[in-house]
Amino acid sequence: MTGQAQLLPGTLDLLILKAVSLGPLHGYGILLRIGQISRQALLIEQGALYPALFRLVRQGLLKASWGTSENNRRAKFYELTAAGRRRLREETAEWDRLAAAIASALSAKPGEV
Amino acid sequence: MRFAGYLRSIAARFFQRARIEDDIQEELRSHLQHRADDLEREGLVRSEAERRARLEFGGGARFQEECRETFGGNSFETLWKDVRFSLRMLRKSPGFATTAVLTLALGIGANAVVFAALNAFILRPLDLPRVETLYSVHRVTDNSAAQSYPDYLDLRDRNRSFEGLAGYNILQAGLDTGGNPARSWILAVTGNYFDVLGVRPRLGRFFHDSDEHGANSAPYIVLSYAYWHSRFHEDAGVVGRTVQVNKHPFTILGVAPPGFRGTLLILSPDFFLPMVNQEQIEGVSVLENRAQRWIFMTLGHLKEGVTPEQAAADINAISSDLERAYPKEHGKWVYTLARPSLYGDYLGKPVRAFLTGLMLLAGLILLAACANLGTLFAARAADRSREVALRLALGATRLRILRQLFTEAILISLLGGAVGLWGSVMLLDALSAWNPFPQFPVYVPVAPDPSVYGVALLLALASGFLFGAVPVRQVLHTSPYEIIKAGSTDRLVRRITLRDFLLVAQIAICALLVTSSMVAVRGLTRALHADFGIEPRKAMLMSTVLDMAGYRGDAMPEMQKRMIDSMETIPGVSSVGLVDWVPLTTGDGPGMLVFADETVELRPANAAAPALLFKVSPGYLAASGTVLLSGRNLSWHDDKSAPGVALVNQELARRLFGSGSEATGRYFKKRDGTRLQIVGVVRDGKYENLTEDPQPAMFLPVLQSPTSEMSLVVRSDGDPQHLAAALKGKLRELDPGLPCSIHTWSQAMNLVLFPSRMATMSLGVLGVLAAMLSITGIFGVSAHSVGKRMREMGIRMALGAQRREVLQAALGRPLKLLAFGSAAGLLLGILAAQVLALIVYQATPRDPFVMAGVVLAMMLLGLLATWIPARRALSASPLELLREE
Repeated sequence: MTGQAQLLPGTLDLLILKAVSLGPLHGYGILLRIGQISRQALLIEQGALYPALFRLVRQGLLKASWGTSENNRRAKFYELTAAGRRRLREETAEWDRLAAAIASALSAKPGEV
Repeated sequence: MRFAGYLRSIAARFFQRARIEDDIQEELRSHLQHRADDLEREGLVRSEAERRARLEFGGGARFQEECRETFGGNSFETLWKDVRFSLRMLRKSPGFATTAVLTLALGIGANAVVFAALNAFILRPLDLPRVETLYSVHRVTDNSAAQSYPDYLDLRDRNRSFEGLAGYNILQAGLDTGGNPARSWILAVTGNYFDVLGVRPRLGRFFHDSDEHGANSAPYIVLSYAYWHSRFHEDAGVVGRTVQVNKHPFTILGVAPPGFRGTLLILSPDFFLPMVNQEQIEGVSVLENRAQRWIFMTLGHLKEGVTPEQAAADINAISSDLERAYPKEHGKWVYTLARPSLYGDYLGKPVRAFLTGLMLLAGLILLAACANLGTLFAARAADRSREVALRLALGATRLRILRQLFTEAILISLLGGAVGLWGSVMLLDALSAWNPFPQFPVYVPVAPDPSVYGVALLLALASGFLFGAVPVRQVLHTSPYEIIKAGSTDRLVRRITLRDFLLVAQIAICALLVTSSMVAVRGLTRALHADFGIEPRKAMLMSTVLDMAGYRGDAMPEMQKRMIDSMETIPGVSSVGLVDWVPLTTGDGPGMLVFADETVELRPANAAAPALLFKVSPGYLAASGTVLLSGRNLSWHDDKSAPGVALVNQELARRLFGSGSEATGRYFKKRDGTRLQIVGVVRDGKYENLTEDPQPAMFLPVLQSPTSEMSLVVRSDGDPQHLAAALKGKLRELDPGLPCSIHTWSQAMNLVLFPSRMATMSLGVLGVLAAMLSITGIFGVSAHSVGKRMREMGIRMALGAQRREVLQAALGRPLKLLAFGSAAGLLLGILAAQVLALIVYQATPRDPFVMAGVVLAMMLLGLLATWIPARRALSASPLELLREE
């Protein structure tokens, strides 16, 4: 597939937190949401998602509960906890700083140095 | 919080496993259905959509595995895998595993045994209610707790600090339940003893203060549980029965509970009786005598809120009053309070010091064992660096590899701990049942209890972590790339390291201990066959106290003569002699000051010598193997109506007259001025212990100095067992009510030989421990150096090196360390033997057997330790090694 970026290590958790922050979602929904908000630029491997979800639940950043999906099927819904919201804020700020720094580094021109 | 969560997830894993599995399964199903829904919407038929969804998702099993991994509870399965892997690895190197397990078993076993002793003697108090307020009264001045009965009554009635003050003394008495007299050890206790201690009877009742109405008014006894068990077979009907104690009727009131053995930790009495009946036991009353400090110890619970210091001040005030009132019987004494279980500091201090020292030593042994195992582990980790590198390259985390290494270390330490504990429990059981001196009711309470198991487990885990931690740095720094490319990257280090120094020290200590124990063993064997001036072999001792059967005055010598005559009729008996105290049996013999005949003023300072005093029958010299050098033997005519006579040994003759030859016929004086004529001189002998210098001794005729306490020395070539039975039978014919004990003289010498036996045994045990440590130490270093240089060995062999050269290159260094350490240890051992000679008779290192033995032992040790590494070095196949790289 073209036009898809390689996921940087550690960014999967951040993306999940972001996706869930927009409203409770089940696992498959999270996959779709990440595709949607990254304009299909980022695609998550399906099997990698669930271990990450379990990890985040165990860290207390997400909480899960069974419910019924829009397709009228039983599904496990994930939503942010207070700790998860805080983590999302911190990681977003961190990411922004890093991205800005890399962008400024890469945009440097010969004359500026 | 996090830890609690971890525990919860473990619990969840164990108790709700099915629910969680279902949860994962269901979520997976839900995911696949949602995906299939989407695919269906894109136009696929349902079955095809579901197939596609499953394919896209990939392996469900891997997914579940990863989820479980995240769950945490999975560490049990990981652990189990690690354990199985470790077991496989250990099975692959049995030499390593055995060495490691045995080393730890010795280290941990030693610690468990010493801790059990420490626990029994110091940490665990007497098994009594409110034992923390129980104190005994000790005189600092002469380091004794003894009191006279009148003083005890004053202390008991006038103190304001104790809830009640009790006292006891240790006595021997004959107990006869009807034709079966036996010597027993008893506690003569004050009437309030059981009430003060708060002990409840197991059966019947105890006696109380209210049972006493003056001297000999309370003819009651209380049996100890052990005695009730062994002598009366736990017959509940004994309560109320009347028995004879030293020929006086006493009524059995009750039985003490199983845990109660009086208040002295190491003593286990047979029964208890009231102190007011003391006269019936000993023949003479001491209850009125303020000068005779007859009570062994007084003790009691402090009143609430009273500190030991306040109580001591209280006792001291009473003591000063008593000192003023009875200046003749009292000195200026200072009292303090102490714990009764080990007689205050008298036994407590040396026991504490000894056990603390032992504990430290055991700890050091374990530490040294851990250091050695650490080296071994590092060598192993280095050997396995390729395996580790491969696993790292295949994606294992370093944590996972470390965890596996630690699992291996802990596994070894637990195995070692289990083996060590098993050994120590066997040893402790034997120790608890062991009585080194059959003459005394010694009780060694070292049965293991849960705290011993706990300590062993803790030590095992701690040492596992300790030596498991040694290779951690090595693993953390492993770079898979470097190792697979170039093999082991360690450089050869050629300098003296701390590890070398430690190893030499260990070997030296080992050689020292091996030397010392061989010197001790040789000394001991020689001592048993040495010339003591007496001949303990082929002699039987029958000991009794005539008092116990009610013999008094003239009845005593008459009975003694009849006993000797009767025993002489036993077939095979060559001679029978009587003596009041048998040499080389129990500690200090009775002594007396001897004065030259010219001395007028008989003060201690003017005495010619202190001499041991033996009261003997004429047959004693022959029976004991004492040689008469000049003059005549004593005879039955040396009785009360004849002039006082004595035999002296050479040493006493020398002290009195300067030489032994002309002593016969001359006189010396006793302290009371009585003159005794020397009728003969006998050879010097060993009397109190085997290492003593010649001591002056004299032998007085038993008819002139009567004694109630007596032993018959019966010399016979016959079988000791038959002889013992015959002796017992003859005695029963003469007097069925006279209790006696029968031992061979060699058996009775246990007490005298105890220090040298103990020294030999401890040295032997320590020597084995040290040897084990040295073996693992040398093994570790050799394995390390061989492992590191395998490639070099291969190349050397490829270039044509001989086996000898390869071995020299591989093992030269550890063997040099061994030689150096052994030489140092042997030298130290020769020096130490001088000290050893003070404890063990005839211990000398100038003995070719010892020298050869030590050298042989150390060589054997080196051979054992380097066997496996040497075989490995020799097996280095140049082809394989070079191909591997």
